[in-house]
Amino acid sequence: MRALTWQGKKDVRVETVPDPEIVNPRDAVIEVTSTAICGSDLHLYDAVIPTLKPGDILGHEFMGEVVDVGPGNEKLKKGDRVVVPFTIACGKCFYCERQLYSACDNSNPADKADMSETLYGYQMSGLFGYSHLTGGYAGGQAEYVRVPFSDIGPIVVPDGMEDDQVLFLSDILPTGWMAAENCEIQEGDTVAVWGCGPVGLFAIQSALIMGAGQVIAIDHYPHRLELARKLGASVINYKNARVYEALIEMTGGIGPDAVIDAVGMESHGFSPDNLYDYVKQTVQLETDRPHVLRQAIYSCRKGGRVSVPGVYGGFIDKFPVGAFMQKGLTMRTGQTHVQKYLPMLLDMIREGKIDTTFLISHRMPLEDAAEAYRKFAYEQNETTKVILKPRWEQEHG
Amino acid sequence: MHHRSHLAYRRRENGDAGKVLAAATLGVLAGTVVLVCARQALRSRPVLQPEDAPHHTWRRHAAADRRETALVGRTITVNRPRPEVYARWRDFSGFPDFMENVHAVTPVGDKGARWVVAAPGGGTITFETTITDERPDELIAWKSDEGAEVRNSGRIVFRDAPGGRGTEVEATIAYDPPGGAFGRATAKLFQREPRIQTRRELKRFKQLMETGEVAVAGRTARHA
Repeated sequence: MRALTWQGKKDVRVETVPDPEIVNPRDAVIEVTSTAICGSDLHLYDAVIPTLKPGDILGHEFMGEVVDVGPGNEKLKKGDRVVVPFTIACGKCFYCERQLYSACDNSNPADKADMSETLYGYQMSGLFGYSHLTGGYAGGQAEYVRVPFSDIGPIVVPDGMEDDQVLFLSDILPTGWMAAENCEIQEGDTVAVWGCGPVGLFAIQSALIMGAGQVIAIDHYPHRLELARKLGASVINYKNARVYEALIEMTGGIGPDAVIDAVGMESHGFSPDNLYDYVKQTVQLETDRPHVLRQAIYSCRKGGRVSVPGVYGGFIDKFPVGAFMQKGLTMRTGQTHVQKYLPMLLDMIREGKIDTTFLISHRMPLEDAAEAYRKFAYEQNETTKVILKPRWEQEHG
Repeated sequence: MHHRSHLAYRRRENGDAGKVLAAATLGVLAGTVVLVCARQALRSRPVLQPEDAPHHTWRRHAAADRRETALVGRTITVNRPRPEVYARWRDFSGFPDFMENVHAVTPVGDKGARWVVAAPGGGTITFETTITDERPDELIAWKSDEGAEVRNSGRIVFRDAPGGRGTEVEATIAYDPPGGAFGRATAKLFQREPRIQTRRELKRFKQLMETGEVAVAGRTARHA
């Protein structure tokens, strides 16, 4: 089959690799019909997440048709159209029983789990196409994918719903939803969202659905801020305005009740602390650049909530623990427990309560995936979301 | 004038460099002496009581009297009822399902088992073990027979986990590597290895018990 492989920093290529097959009883093999590039794939592209190996297949947002099912899977059958969560979860362990799917104890193979256990104290769940720290599973930017524990993860898509409508159930929609849920929003709250990428945009939609009185979106790309505004957010371009002062003024001096860092470990901008982080990250004295997290904590009102859907992988410096403690903030974060949210979000899409297609800027053949990564990395204003189609020729030929 | 004072400065700088080097050397020496003394002091320090932490988590100085044999300990919680977990473990022939280096375990009589395991340098080692203590749903202890190449003994303890979380499985394995004192020194150097293996084996056992399969990342059975 053809698949997008990681070869090194800013070097990804579509290559021919062996087809996947059923390995374990609860597996399924999916023929991919649509797969997207995620903002967090750019952390892999930039090689700031460790433990990738040349030849690894990337991609954790994908959907398709079931073409093979293992003997231990009683839920799926050949021909089912499914969306696959990026988190691989067994459904049987202590964590899965409590719907903390991204903390699954069993999906990260024992020999790979040592790495995250050493780094984080406990092993993390397996994820598709996201380095060997998370299991080393091949990703979905390919023609076919082996899906482990496929009786737990994938959700069957009802007839009549397009790929474009449901693809984002795999990651960014539930991630934006969980980011808003972690804000514990009460009627009329102000929520400030850093980063108007797909997760930030879905977090804005979700926060408004959950009853936020005002959502303030912060970014520097005019097109992305425009999308945020269309969803109903007020916007701050940090190139024009001082963010903390603007937030204080836009909330009558109170400050936002909850803040969302939808940026993560590769903040943009030329603030002194970010330049300092940039140098340290370049010489590997620090793994993550947390400018947004610092600003979000500083800007959050007393007793407020800090929600962090943005990805961090290692260590940061100058964590403003004083502001965090003195103001009595609460922080909630984590990889998304995708499986928990799927049925509810699928219903909301079907009822038209959530718009999932507005952010798609490009549809391209899988063969052009390397070019798609380049666009997503360097033309962020225009490139909000790229969908790759492995069957492009059949569909357009 | 300016030129001369610059030379003088250079000369002074060289002298300073010598002093700095001497001071650094002295400092390192003093530091080493302090560290060695501290180590000795720690070694002779009695174990402070009370202490409920399992022996295999003790610091080196506290566990000094146990260093004759290499000791590995690890506890894991399996989200299944105790009788089921115990029964699966008591069936030694199933060990290769989750123990990577174990090719086969064949029961010999009621209490014995014959093991074929992968040898570190390739090939296999065969040895026999006997159950020395057994309490259904609670405990299995074993000891390798005389003449085993790697003498080992151990116990697996099964307890109900609190809060209905299933069964705690605690493995304690002592092994006496071949080759006397030299062998022990070598084993100590490589002590991480059995520790890592035990941890992974317990994780695979948990996966098998909870999910019915052992997680692998490979795309094909051949590469799994």
